[in-house]
Amino acid sequence: MTRSTDGGLLSSQEAAERVAASLKKRGRSERRFQYLGIAAITCSILFLVLLFTGIFSKGIPGMFQHYVTLEVFLDKNRMDPQGDMSPDSLYTGDARGLVNESLMSALGNPEGRKAKRAARSILSSSSPSRLAEFAVKHPELIGQKVAVKFAVDDDIDSFMRGFISRETPESDRRINNQIIEFVDRLNQASLISYEFSDYLFSGSASRDAEIAGIKGALIGSIWTLGVCLLIAFPLGVATAVYLEEIAPKNRVTEIIEININNLAAVPSVVFGIMGLAIFIIAFGMPRSIPLVGGIVLALMTLPTIIISSRAAIRAVPPSIRDAALGVGASKMQTILHHVIPPALPGMLTGTIIGMAQALGETAPLLMIGMVAFIVDVPGGVTEPATALPVQIFMWADFAERMFIQKTSAAIIVLLAFLITMNAGAIILRKKLERRW
Amino acid sequence: MSLTSLILPLLIIGAIYFYLGQHWGRRQWALGSVKLHSLPRYYGFWTGLVATVPALLLLIFLSLGDDFLFKSMLKQFYPSDVLDGDVVVRAIAFTKVMNLVEGVRFGVQEPWVEAAASAWIGWQKVADLVIASVTIGCSLVAGIFAYRQISPTFRARNGVERIILWALIACSSIAIFTTIGIVLSVLFESIRFFKLIPIQDFIFGVEWNPQFEGAERAGSGGGTATYGMLPMFAGTFLISAVAITVAVPIGLFSAIYLAEYASLKTRSVVKPLLEVLAGVPTVVYGFFAALTVAPFVRSVGASLGIEVASESALAAGLVMGIMIIPFVSSLSDDVINAVPQSLRDAAYGLGSTKSEAIRQVVLPAALPGIVAAIILAVSRAIGETMIVVMAAGLAANLSFNPLDAVTTVTSQIVTILSGDQEFESAKTLSAFALALVLIVVTLALNFFALQIVKRYREQYD
Repeated sequence: MTRSTDGGLLSSQEAAERVAASLKKRGRSERRFQYLGIAAITCSILFLVLLFTGIFSKGIPGMFQHYVTLEVFLDKNRMDPQGDMSPDSLYTGDARGLVNESLMSALGNPEGRKAKRAARSILSSSSPSRLAEFAVKHPELIGQKVAVKFAVDDDIDSFMRGFISRETPESDRRINNQIIEFVDRLNQASLISYEFSDYLFSGSASRDAEIAGIKGALIGSIWTLGVCLLIAFPLGVATAVYLEEIAPKNRVTEIIEININNLAAVPSVVFGIMGLAIFIIAFGMPRSIPLVGGIVLALMTLPTIIISSRAAIRAVPPSIRDAALGVGASKMQTILHHVIPPALPGMLTGTIIGMAQALGETAPLLMIGMVAFIVDVPGGVTEPATALPVQIFMWADFAERMFIQKTSAAIIVLLAFLITMNAGAIILRKKLERRW
Repeated sequence: MSLTSLILPLLIIGAIYFYLGQHWGRRQWALGSVKLHSLPRYYGFWTGLVATVPALLLLIFLSLGDDFLFKSMLKQFYPSDVLDGDVVVRAIAFTKVMNLVEGVRFGVQEPWVEAAASAWIGWQKVADLVIASVTIGCSLVAGIFAYRQISPTFRARNGVERIILWALIACSSIAIFTTIGIVLSVLFESIRFFKLIPIQDFIFGVEWNPQFEGAERAGSGGGTATYGMLPMFAGTFLISAVAITVAVPIGLFSAIYLAEYASLKTRSVVKPLLEVLAGVPTVVYGFFAALTVAPFVRSVGASLGIEVASESALAAGLVMGIMIIPFVSSLSDDVINAVPQSLRDAAYGLGSTKSEAIRQVVLPAALPGIVAAIILAVSRAIGETMIVVMAAGLAANLSFNPLDAVTTVTSQIVTILSGDQEFESAKTLSAFALALVLIVVTLALNFFALQIVKRYREQYD
């Protein structure tokens, strides 16, 4: 019954009228509320779309670059003065001269120092070593005239993509009119091609955008994740088994649980600081090595693995334990033979998700010095290395226009890895997890 | 070096003892004359584990310990000026010796360095030999002991299970040790910092201008170093406030819509999409913030005639807000789903519309959980590093204007500690003090969130 304003009871007809009168307004506010929800979801999805289109629109072109195809005469004597095709001999040889000569002839042998310098600046400074590598790979072609593709300098690449405009006054442009004329000439002879960059996956860190690649960083990430997995998986599973199956409910167990929750809440950069203070300052381990990086990331991902492993163990029905105990298995036999095997898919799923987290993590690795400029591909866990997200962070700092594209391309590679890992986790869960 | 090359021989010895033990058990089993207490393989595990585990622990202990011993023995070679010098001088002397040991030569070294290096190499050889013989000897002897110990009545299974149990306990305690390690490492360095800079100057100081002592001595630093954390605290607060302003409405309304209105199909599509936002690496968000959002905010400001710093708190905060939307939405979603259907049905029964039921019944019931979710999101925002490092800049302004450039605790830590640094300077140590503040704040927020959930949670069943 609804009371009227003066406290008396309303008749049912009056009450119904009042409700009917308010219905329109209430319906409007109901719709408004629903629209707010839709707007909120649209907003977040819009952000997601913006983020991904932003990255992909720059990253896909970043996977390609411009090459100049030149006819080079692979002169045995000039390239390889010692005649043994050893790296030493090749690098003392005159590959640079061979590349320059064929470039000049492709441009119609320009006269004058200025024009020659302009011509030389078209090719990446790495061209001679590319020729040497080509010769090592195809020894049968030595002594012949062959077409070799050379990467163009990153400024020329920007020009070809239209980032540097012809209309800009020459003094404000990074490349002068002479260079533009040469590039046009090469273009008319259709010697310039736009192809998938072979430096992206095979090149290492470099200040030159056109030859910079993620090979070293990717291998560094793999080493780091390997260490992380070897430490975090056994530790995480063992902790989960102990806490879920064995631990008595006492003070010590409680402290362990509180600590795991705290570790999950600690910002990732703090793990890096701990790694710096304990492993590098106190234990005197070297900086920048995947071993320390892996340990730090392992401690960071431990809570994720423990929590999901506990959930997986809890999902194994008690009847299975009772059955095993009933036929005379010991407590440990029950756990090892009848609880862990069915819980393993769930544990692996959690581990993969934890590894994906570790793969994307940057801040702790900066703390332990994995941010160094490392050209060599790391050959082990104790060699200086960098990691993919750190490489992205470093490239993002470089001012050259082409590095923005390279960075986006590296981000796409990182995202591809993360998506594969997460998809793998989902598939694993769907395929192997048993519903009891 | 000796550590990795000795693990394999120890494992081989363990495998041999495992085989011996198991073989013994199988023979007894086949004879059938006596009743074995355990299955044959447990005898194998027992002998194998006894042969390897203590030897491995000994190996780790010895190979970690020998460097410390050598370092103290090295003192006899140091000339008096090094011994009297401060920590930096001794560190340089030590590096000189280690370079020679590793075969790296820069010009001619003093004779004492040569002598120390050759002595170190000699010790290393002796130590490698000693460690190898001690661990392998220990492994062999322990194995023989275990092998002789086993008999048909020997409780091998219980022994093996006890070892597994202790291994499990050891693994679980790693979480404790990590926490202790974090707290102690940060605390010790912070105490050293507070010996140089009074704690009240750090907490209440309004100017942050760290300088290396070297720069100060050389007079090139321009003024003395000041370590007041308030500007950074203000910056962190400002950026987190922007982030929360973005994330809470969007996250909360998304959660309400998904939990109450969305069809099962919509939910199964939208929910993973929101989770993707949480899975994107923070370095990608940082790149996005610095490259896309910051220039966008700046140009919008310029078109409105407002001066916006190129590394504004607004841009970093916006992107951070996007990042924490899923934290708010998925936690709130869980909490809203946990409100029992009977409450909603009661509200509908009284004639309320769906939104009235949500606003007046479901949300109040879920409020403690939602508040906890928001607090956790705040703690996430405070600890977030890469976005602010890449998009928020380093200018330590004490400002509450989101259009200004500010800096945060985490970005200062990264700037100070990444790259080479001298560990003794107040500047380096200040990063540890900042980390201490960060840990205390995030753990306090976490604790606070847990308490809210515990105290105000309604028990419905």
